[in-house]
Amino acid sequence: MKKHIFWIAAAVCVLAAVLSLCVGAVWLSPAELFGGNTPEWRIFRYARLPRTAACLLAGAGLAASGAVIQGVLANRLASPGIIGVNAGAGLGVTVCCAFGAIYGLAVAGAAFVGALLAVLTVAFAAHKTSASRSAVILGGVAVNSFLTAVSEGIITLFPEIGIITSDFRTGGFSGVVSSRLVPAGIMIIVGLAAVISLSNELDLLSMGEETAQGLGLSAKKARTVFLTLAALLAGASVSFAGLLGFVGLIVPNIARRLVGGESRRLLPFSAVFGAALVTLCDCAARTLFAPYEIPTGIVLSAIGAPFFILLLLRHKGGHSG
Amino acid sequence: MTGTLLSSENMCAGYRREVLHNISVGFSGGEITSIIGPNGSGKSTLLKALIGIVPKSGGSILVGGTPIEKLSAAAVARRVAYLPQSKKIPELSVMTMVLHGRFAHLSYPRRYRREDIVAAERALGMTGLSELAGESISTLSGGTQQRVFLAMALAQDSPVILMDEPTSFMDISHRIKLMELCRELADSGRAVVSVLHDLPMALKYSDKTMVLSEGTLRAVGSPEEVFRSGILDIVFGIKLKRTETETGLLYYY
Repeated sequence: MKKHIFWIAAAVCVLAAVLSLCVGAVWLSPAELFGGNTPEWRIFRYARLPRTAACLLAGAGLAASGAVIQGVLANRLASPGIIGVNAGAGLGVTVCCAFGAIYGLAVAGAAFVGALLAVLTVAFAAHKTSASRSAVILGGVAVNSFLTAVSEGIITLFPEIGIITSDFRTGGFSGVVSSRLVPAGIMIIVGLAAVISLSNELDLLSMGEETAQGLGLSAKKARTVFLTLAALLAGASVSFAGLLGFVGLIVPNIARRLVGGESRRLLPFSAVFGAALVTLCDCAARTLFAPYEIPTGIVLSAIGAPFFILLLLRHKGGHSG
Repeated sequence: MTGTLLSSENMCAGYRREVLHNISVGFSGGEITSIIGPNGSGKSTLLKALIGIVPKSGGSILVGGTPIEKLSAAAVARRVAYLPQSKKIPELSVMTMVLHGRFAHLSYPRRYRREDIVAAERALGMTGLSELAGESISTLSGGTQQRVFLAMALAQDSPVILMDEPTSFMDISHRIKLMELCRELADSGRAVVSVLHDLPMALKYSDKTMVLSEGTLRAVGSPEEVFRSGILDIVFGIKLKRTETETGLLYYY
C-alpha cells in the first residue's frame, strides 16, 4: 500500500493541476486552449499556468521544508510557519522591497537569507540550551512574533511597498508573475533534489546528533546543511506565495502516517502531497466566493489551525513521536 | 588477544569545562571492559571523547593507531561503533534502523549492497530481532528499542564497540543475554567497552574494569584486582562483598 500511495498522491496532484488550469473567473476547457492566440489561450498562458506552477512549487517547497525541519529538530510540532522561518523570509522580502528591489532573484535571495537567519537562530538556541521540544516551539513562536513585528514596522515606515499586500501576509497566488516565480522555482527544484538525495543523512540526524555522529555522520555540518536547505525551500516559496501557513506542519504529519517516517519516502511524498494540497486550496480560494477571490492562506489556515490544535492535544506533555 | 584498537594518552576533555583529566586507557580485541564510577564521574563523557563527540583539550587519541584528528566521522565509525545512552526514537522500521548502521560503509548515493543486507540481518539475528524487522521502532517497548540500537551498532561491523548503559530498560533475562552477546563479540576478536551502573554485573562479566571518579581514572585491572584494591568501596561509599558460587565469583553489596 505504501508503494502505491505515492502514485495515488501523484495522480491527485496532476488532477489538481489540471483543475487549477481550468477553474477561475472564466472556466477554461482543455479543448479551448488549442485554438491559437485566443483570449482563453492568453488567460491560460499568462494567468493560469504561472499560478498553477506557483501553487505546485510553493506547496512542494513548504511541505518538504517542514519535513526537514521536523526531522532535524526531532519535533513534529515544528514547521517553517510556526518557528519563524516564513516570517524571516517575509522580513527579507519586506526589506528588499523597501530598498526598491522588487523583482526576480533579489526578492527570492532576500527571502532565503531571512529564512536562514530565523531557522539558524531557533536551532542554535535550542541546541545551546538543550531546550525541550515544547521550548523549541515557544522559542520559535517568539522569533516569529519578533520578525513579524519588524516587518510591520518597516511597512509602517515605507507605506509605498506595493508588494506587501494582504495577499502576501496571509499567503496567496493572485499576484504571481513569472519574473519572480522562475528564480524561486529553480531554487525550490534544486532544494528538493538536494534534500531527497540526502534522505539517509536526515534519518540519521532524526536519531539525535550523538547517534548520528556514532554512525559516521558529521552531525553538526549535516544539521547546518539541512537547515540551510529548509530555509532555501521555505524562503523561495514565501518570495512569491507570501506567508502561507500550515503547509509545512500538516503535510509532513499526514505524510508520516501514510508512508512512515523514512525520509527516502517521506520527503518526495510530502512534496507531492503539499503541491496537491496547496493547488486544491487555491482552487477553493478562487471559486468558493466567486466572483470574489480570497487569499489561499485563509483556506489553508481554516484547515491547518484545527489540525495544529489536534496535534498539540495528541502531544500534550511535550511528547512527540 | 589482538593489539590495542583504541587508546588515549593523557587525554583531557569536556564541553565547556574540562571534565576528564589526563586519561590514559587502551582497549584491545578479545576483551570486555567495563567502565564504572559514581554519577557524574565522566563515564559517558569518556566514551564520547574517545570518538570525538566531546572535544579533547589535551593529550591524544589513537583509533586503530591513527590520531583521531586525521580521521573523518565515517572513518572513525568504521573502526568504532557507539551506542549512546540517550537516544531519540525515530519513526523508522527496525530493518531500516539497523541498515543505517551501515552508513559509514556506503559511498554516495548510499545504495545498500548485498553485504550490507547480510550484515544487518546478522545483527538482527544476534539481538533476537529478526521477527520484528518490519515493525516500527516507535511501537516497541523500551528494552526492545534498546536492542534495536544495539543491532544498529553491531551492523557497523567495527572492531571496537562502545556502549553507554546498554542494559537500560532491559529485564534481567535480556541483560544476561546482552552480556553473553558481549562475550561472543569479544571472542570474535572485538574490543567491547561498556559503561555499566550494575556493579555486580560489571564485575561478573568483564575482563577488565576501569574505575572513574571526578573525571580521573582511579583504577584499571581485572575485576578481582579492582575489588581487592578497595577503591570501589571508597568511590561508591559502600561495602562491596563477594562469594564463590558454582558459576564463579558473585559480587554483592
